Amino acid sequence: MVSERQGGSATPQADGGNRLTAELARRAYNIRRHALRMGEVQGQGYVAQALGFADVLAVLYFQALRYNPADPHWEERDRCLLSIGHYAIALYAALIEAGVLPETEIESYGSDDSRLPMSGMASYTPGMEISGGSLGQGLPIAVGVCLGLKRKASRSFVYNLLSDGELNEGSTWEAAQSASHWQLDNLIAVVDVNNQQADGPSSQVMSFEPLEARWQSFGWHVARVDGNDLAALSEAFDSARNLQEPKPRVIICDTRMGRGVPFLEGREKAHFIRVDPDEWALALEQLRLEA
Amino acid sequence: MSTQTAKAGTAKSDTTKSDTTKPRLKTSAMIASIAGADQRTRSAPFGHALVELAKKRPEIVGLTADLGKYTDLHIFAQAYPERFYQMGMAEQVLMAAAGGMAREGCIPFATTYAVFAARRAYDFICLSIAEENLPVKIVCALPGLTTGYGPSHQATEDLAIFRGMPNLTIVDPCDAIDIEQAVPTIADHPGPVYMRLLRGQVPVVLDEYDYRFELGKAKLLRDGGEVLIISSGLMTMRALEAAKRLERDRIGVAVLHSPTIKPLDTETILREAGRGGRLVVVAENHSVIGGLGEAVAGTLLRAGVTPPFRQIALPDAFLDAGALPTLHDRYGISTEQVVAQIKGWL
Repeated sequence: MVSERQGGSATPQADGGNRLTAELARRAYNIRRHALRMGEVQGQGYVAQALGFADVLAVLYFQALRYNPADPHWEERDRCLLSIGHYAIALYAALIEAGVLPETEIESYGSDDSRLPMSGMASYTPGMEISGGSLGQGLPIAVGVCLGLKRKASRSFVYNLLSDGELNEGSTWEAAQSASHWQLDNLIAVVDVNNQQADGPSSQVMSFEPLEARWQSFGWHVARVDGNDLAALSEAFDSARNLQEPKPRVIICDTRMGRGVPFLEGREKAHFIRVDPDEWALALEQLRLEA
Repeated sequence: MSTQTAKAGTAKSDTTKSDTTKPRLKTSAMIASIAGADQRTRSAPFGHALVELAKKRPEIVGLTADLGKYTDLHIFAQAYPERFYQMGMAEQVLMAAAGGMAREGCIPFATTYAVFAARRAYDFICLSIAEENLPVKIVCALPGLTTGYGPSHQATEDLAIFRGMPNLTIVDPCDAIDIEQAVPTIADHPGPVYMRLLRGQVPVVLDEYDYRFELGKAKLLRDGGEVLIISSGLMTMRALEAAKRLERDRIGVAVLHSPTIKPLDTETILREAGRGGRLVVVAENHSVIGGLGEAVAGTLLRAGVTPPFRQIALPDAFLDAGALPTLHDRYGISTEQVVAQIKGWL
């Protein structure tokens, strides 16, 4: 049996910090690799988001989160809610790397009767806490999960993964005010800002800045970091967890779509990309060289 | 018949002219009681039943979207302030958060008005609650035509909206007795439930009959040879009153109360409707489209049971504002109108 993973702080020693970052980089590389291999099964998908968000997921699953790979329903786990259901490919990659899902299931991604549907659903996949995808539902659900955990005097944290496009949804802000009202210090929202949504750049579809001020005005503790900087992410997740103020916390992560595969980073209209069959090997090779 | 009284356009003055021979009632308050002047009532049966149940069930919590007082949840809030969650006027987070609490072992009772649950929060009930079959109990006041406030508050299509949602059980109780018995039963049900609520001073009717609420069961309250009324909610009350009046004219009227709209008790309905020789009338406090009437019609047709069939229901229209007695008469769901329609069909 795989032992429980205790979430928490980075190693305090100076060289330990470097070791941790190196370990996180290795995990992030593997997450990207798993995501590319799943993308190849379908020939298309939300691969660019997965590449962009892989560093955040590496810090989440290999530093911050408390979970037991052998028991996804372990009562003392931290809850990680994927509100952005289309990022399922990224979360599956992280769950495979974390040992919750077997790597052999990669080839079933998005196929009939697979446990890995293209949009994440709780009833399909171990480790998938909610059925996201109807954007704007994750944070409202998270409010309820946090309230429920507090009733049980649980020490578990609730992480809710959302995106800049999802901030268009009014329900996200209903939940933001509610979380602040209830002083949900067990809630950590993670916003992926990659400035890309279905119809184009998020800032043009519906302008969302100034993000820090918006969340602050709703009563949240706010950190904004380069979401592809592992050391910065590591520190931000530690700070969010260790904060003593009775407030919900949000980590705004500016990420780059397609990160780690230069020819995908440069693509336009990258929300849902199509990659030619012969390009997948190139993508994996570029990823290896970049690492 | 009632379903033909829908008016076209917005010519309110034309509608009021036809009523000038009657005394003009003052517009009722939003939460006017549906109890008649001579009816026995009980106060806030839902709130008191929930308090009673919560003594034994620590996992029960109550949530509302700024309508605690108007859904009788304030009784629970006063008894168990630490188990009560005021979510503010935010129905989307009300429903999703109730789903979130259910994930952590709570049995949440979430209350608002039926219009806001059905129209505004539908996607949240669907994805955050029903898709995972979570045990959230959605209890909503002002179902159908039980307020004079007009279309903003009249949930005339809530059953049509919710019947399409997989996993969701739908309950439309008749009176205080029905509500009191339904509360512990729906709490025991492992999945989500939508219950239409009569609140405030709620009539007591069913204690005169050999009745016990059972989820998924229709109950024959009285028998009769000429007409079978299948009804739910407050229309069962009206059906029972109409049956008594028709009895004086030697018209035998059976009343089959079907408080569970979904899943429908098709076995009992087919048995009673299939007895033959009776006009089948479905009476509901809901639009003629998509409610109990069409559910029963589909059940009968699929089984090849085809008695003479009529619906007493609200028209497919945005209804008027006004006093409830006026509106119930205007749209054919008052006892007098039920009697008149049935006599017209025989």
